[in-house]
Amino acid sequence: MKKLTISASPHVFSTVDTRGMMKSVIMALLPAVAASLYFFRQDAAGVIISCLAGCVLTEYLIQKVRRVQVRISDLSAVLTGILLALVLPPSIPLWMAFLGGVFSIALGKEVFGGLGQNIFNPALLGRAFLMAAFPVALTTWVKPFSLDAVTTATPLGLAKFEQVVTPSMSLFLGNVGGSLGETSALALLAGGAYLLYKKIIDYRIPLAYVGTVLVFAAITHLIAPARFSPPIFHVLAGGVLIGAIFMATDPVTSPVTPAGRWIFGVGCGLVTMIIRFRGGLPEGVMYAILLMNAITPLINRMTKPKRFGVTNDR
Amino acid sequence: MKTLTFRGGVHPQYFKDLSVREPLREAPLPSPAIVPLTQHIGAPNKPVVKKGEKVKEGQLLGKSGSFISSPVHSPISGKILDIKKAFHPALGFVESVFIERDESAPRVTYSKTEDVEVLPPKELIEKIKNAGVVGMGGAAFPTHVKLSIPEGKKIDTLIINGAECEPYLTCDLVMMTRKTEEIFKGIELIVKILQPKTTYIAIEDNKKAALFAFKKARRESTHKVIKEIRVVSLKTKYPQGGEKQLIKAVSGREVPPGKLPLDIGFLVHNVGTVYAIYEAVYFNKPLIERVVTISGDCMYRPGNYLTRIGATLDDIIKNYGIEIYKDPVKVIVGGPMMGFAQPHLNAAILKGTSGVLFLSKEEAPEFEEGRCIKCAKCVDVCPVRLVPTEITKNVKEKRWAAAKQLCVTDCMECGACAYDCPARIPLVQYIKEGKSAVMAMEGKP
Repeated sequence: MKKLTISASPHVFSTVDTRGMMKSVIMALLPAVAASLYFFRQDAAGVIISCLAGCVLTEYLIQKVRRVQVRISDLSAVLTGILLALVLPPSIPLWMAFLGGVFSIALGKEVFGGLGQNIFNPALLGRAFLMAAFPVALTTWVKPFSLDAVTTATPLGLAKFEQVVTPSMSLFLGNVGGSLGETSALALLAGGAYLLYKKIIDYRIPLAYVGTVLVFAAITHLIAPARFSPPIFHVLAGGVLIGAIFMATDPVTSPVTPAGRWIFGVGCGLVTMIIRFRGGLPEGVMYAILLMNAITPLINRMTKPKRFGVTNDR
Repeated sequence: MKTLTFRGGVHPQYFKDLSVREPLREAPLPSPAIVPLTQHIGAPNKPVVKKGEKVKEGQLLGKSGSFISSPVHSPISGKILDIKKAFHPALGFVESVFIERDESAPRVTYSKTEDVEVLPPKELIEKIKNAGVVGMGGAAFPTHVKLSIPEGKKIDTLIINGAECEPYLTCDLVMMTRKTEEIFKGIELIVKILQPKTTYIAIEDNKKAALFAFKKARRESTHKVIKEIRVVSLKTKYPQGGEKQLIKAVSGREVPPGKLPLDIGFLVHNVGTVYAIYEAVYFNKPLIERVVTISGDCMYRPGNYLTRIGATLDDIIKNYGIEIYKDPVKVIVGGPMMGFAQPHLNAAILKGTSGVLFLSKEEAPEFEEGRCIKCAKCVDVCPVRLVPTEITKNVKEKRWAAAKQLCVTDCMECGACAYDCPARIPLVQYIKEGKSAVMAMEGKP
């Protein structure tokens, strides 16, 4: 008998590793990627490739310079690249998209110490940077299928500034102006169902987020139907679905406790709606999630699970 | 039928079919047998035999004067070669008796107890104590101590643990299907001692044969005690057989941290222990053999073997006809979730040894520790609702006070967190380290 390995128990493991989780999320994003390619053609392809290149190259270079193990094979930078692309407008200049990728990884992730250490969702931080640096490019939208780039407004913009409500069916399928990945609700929901089925994400954050948006919008719509759009519109339009399913559920930047995940989801929903109604911007998903990311350590501390066998522990 | 469960836990691959279809085989007698003098939790035993002395199977080898202790008997007839330190599968080196078998020794028969029905509880406990019966699910706590309920306490509910939630192991299953009547007789004895209001036999629902066997035997029985036993089905999930998880699943009640089931009126016994109680009382037979699952993907003829205590792993490989055809990377005593990886084959089978596994690299892979992505899988699976990722972070930085704040000592070391961690962080190992540090800080052993 050859040399035997001695190690502490357990000696068997689940088959899901970090790379496998990342891969599953990437798989879940494929319907949304396909939808973006269908609606925005080569514009979408260019943005996705630029973001991917920005993210993966930056991660590789930083890890080389820091002389740590290069971990691009864990696919986390690939995932960040795809997520960033999906929240950018199709008409954004490609160098800006690339720069967004660089920023996401460099200042969103590696500066904190790399995978698992960052406070904010890297893709959203990259978008926030682009939004601050290039506000016009980030708020110029094109109509789907318009190869000559006919500009349009997003459904939320139309609702907020022109009181025009886009039909729900268009929102559901995605034939509207908007970021690459936020146009088709159907594609996002398909990805979400896959992640829930594979147990990669927990249902609490998406449910709390979408639920809060629905309730908030339902109340305001009931009070003043002419001023406030119906609840289903608020869920389908803009970034609520991609945010609730793919951004707010980012394990690194969301709470680890079950109760914390409820609070996080509700908080995201509330901040989103407050910005949509009271803010100068038509959309609030990005800032809502980033804000909740910031208080995640606090939420974790305040929501320790109840000790087994102890009633009224706190 | 409703299946009962607790919150949390994991679903490893079970591989129970490897060993379950085979008959229960009687293993050849070992020589030498290496019998650790202390195999239980409690006061250590002193030897009552000397080097060179001849002993008979079943003869007392060691005992202590303390109540929380359990005697050890000779598994074979032969000569004492030596009494010295020998390798223990979990504790390092402990004082052990080496016995060389006398092949010409006649077969030992045990005297049947004729008047079991009229024996008072006190004498039943005495017989169980003298036979050296300990908990056979792994913890090896002296059974007579568990059965001696302190003044002022009362057992309402007795649960017989047939969960057997560790992968690969089928020794309890084999006992349940082949020794059903005997286990019922053992339960009757425990019921007589404790007088519980309700008695359950709890079995995971991947062991339908055992559930069926008990229900059939109950239907055919004429005894009132047996008729009233509730056979319940548990959801197949690890660690369903953990004492506190089992109580939670069956009754919905939680045993407080640092307390015993006894404190809330519960008592749990493993099916193997119940069988040992039966043999101790009906046949005055000391605990010198047990069913051991020998399994894994490196061997022919995995199965369950009625093995003498003191048989070494080396002896098992050489004489049981199991034939190792692939080099194992790990030899594990116990189950793969909580068992001990062995550095060599010198360890002996103990009263609490449920299995010996020979696993290849494919079944027992080694990983490099990755980085935590705070996915919270460990939080979701922890059966005692800890936050393993946070505890581990603090242990790595030696912040013991913070680890204590996070209730590190509540950990039951089931390993579900480490099993499910996608970054392959050995969470339970860090938590164990934190546990010992916090306990040392508080001056507890």
